[in-house]
Amino acid sequence: MTGRYRAVVIGIGNEFRRDDGAGPAVVDRLRGEAPAGVRLVVSDGEPAGLMEAWTGTDLAVVVDAVSGGSAPPGRLYRVTVHGGDGRELDDVGAGASTHGLGLGTAIRLSRVLARMPGALIVHAVEGADFGYGPGLSAAVDRVLSELVTAVLADLRPPPPLPGTRARRR
Amino acid sequence: MTHRYDRRLTAAAIARVEGEGALHVQVVEDEVREVRLDIYEPPRFFEAFLRGRSYTEPPDITARVCGICPVAYQTSAYQAIEALCGVQPGEGIAALRRLLYCGEWIASHALHVYMLHAPDFLGYPGAVEMAADHRDAVERGLSLRRAGNAIMELLGGRAVHPVNVRVGGFYSVPGPAALAGLRAQLESALEPALETVSWVSAFDFPDLTVEHELLALTEPGRYPIERGTVMTSGGLAFDAAEFEQHVIEEQVPHSTALHARLADRDGTYLTGPLARYTLNSRWLPPLAAAAAHAAGLRDSCRNPFRSIIVRAVEIVCALEEAIAIIGAYEQPPAASVPVRARAGTGHGVSEAPRGVLYQRYDLDGDGIVLAARIVPPTSQNQAAIERDLAQFVQARLSLDDEALTRACEQAIRNYDPCISCATHFLRMHVDRA
Repeated sequence: MTGRYRAVVIGIGNEFRRDDGAGPAVVDRLRGEAPAGVRLVVSDGEPAGLMEAWTGTDLAVVVDAVSGGSAPPGRLYRVTVHGGDGRELDDVGAGASTHGLGLGTAIRLSRVLARMPGALIVHAVEGADFGYGPGLSAAVDRVLSELVTAVLADLRPPPPLPGTRARRR
Repeated sequence: MTHRYDRRLTAAAIARVEGEGALHVQVVEDEVREVRLDIYEPPRFFEAFLRGRSYTEPPDITARVCGICPVAYQTSAYQAIEALCGVQPGEGIAALRRLLYCGEWIASHALHVYMLHAPDFLGYPGAVEMAADHRDAVERGLSLRRAGNAIMELLGGRAVHPVNVRVGGFYSVPGPAALAGLRAQLESALEPALETVSWVSAFDFPDLTVEHELLALTEPGRYPIERGTVMTSGGLAFDAAEFEQHVIEEQVPHSTALHARLADRDGTYLTGPLARYTLNSRWLPPLAAAAAHAAGLRDSCRNPFRSIIVRAVEIVCALEEAIAIIGAYEQPPAASVPVRARAGTGHGVSEAPRGVLYQRYDLDGDGIVLAARIVPPTSQNQAAIERDLAQFVQARLSLDDEALTRACEQAIRNYDPCISCATHFLRMHVDRA
């Protein structure tokens, strides 16, 4: 460890399943906009891959689309993950197959293996259309800038760590 | 012990498999009447939407069939098209293709051995629970998967659905320096791979010996991965072009995946690690052969529960092969060779981690796909899995429904079924009605 602050943004989703591509779309928009040194990763949500992406980081910001049922499309959520056993992010409606393993599994496995990031923030957007094909629905597209801004706010340089000197980024 | 005469057991959604399926078992008067592997994952129509596409597209389209074994799909696809067009890209490109496939074997087998299969033997509901008590083991599995993915990322452009494979070769090939960096990572993965063989060989394995005809590729002189001649334990040997003469696919009402049988035989056969090992163990490279011997594997292995040892041995094999390929690497003069379309039919086979994967393409003179056929390993294995489960359940009828259902799910995971590939998979239902 060099002592350098390390952050990663992980966009989860499939850009060929309409609004499921919201996470990757945010990562695309962050290219050139995210502070230097922030790693940008697109993920299919596979737990080992998620864990690899955030191991050793001070901050991991995960962006994903959700389908909660009753919430209006385009609604934004922000969840800070600390404490608990990770079940707060169990994959709602997921099946038992490996296709259903996701963020909740990655968090629980990371806790057991002491691989959690220093902080984990999850941004989610309620999707309208998870059908086949590229492109976001109008409802999700409309809030994408707001979502990018919210992620950027989480990526602001942290206050100097105790005992270290502030550095220019 | 239960004293009911008729029982119906159901596993409604089988866990730790790729895709969605269910199992129904009907027991009448202490006799297993029927075992039905219901694959209810929707059909995916890949063969239909390959029609009308250019001959250059199947490696990219078929890679999307599976996130675990995309390289297998790409490989059988380009083989079929290159065979049809009369092109052989040369040994330099062939070596890099085998290296890429080694990456897929390592990543896929490490996932199955550690995250999907080992919890069964150690009595945990899943990998997360197992990790609490076996942290070092899970870390070892993750490091192996990382090594496999590193190969996929370097040669394939990314670990899932690689984008660097094309008919005729690759879009770009790495220089020797990039491969040298990879070699160091693979060499450091050898020790954890050998520890994996030793670790799984100490598990308790239920008794089960299957008598199916076994079907795998063989390639004298080396362990089959990306190419070979189809052979069976019953003495059949044929090229990819004759596959459909020997393997008959049939629809069954309870599955969206076609069942397969061998023509002119009693039918059921098994492909995958047991078949591959039994027909090819003599061609394992030295470290893998020594590890197999130390783990108690003989020349053949017909207990599906012990397939976890074979997979671990195959991780060692793939690492050895990959390191040897890198050691002998000379960058090919071009990343690909030109492939001109011609009308006709081409066939390709390769050894996906789960077994032989066959593809056939019919092209017109402009290189447009007129027809495509994909025969994945899990669909070939369905009938064998059902037969093995009937035998397995019959010997364990004294178990209560819950224990028997759990045992059946474990037995199914022996085959590492990839239902998504096959749908064209588990809820379990045992009927002792």
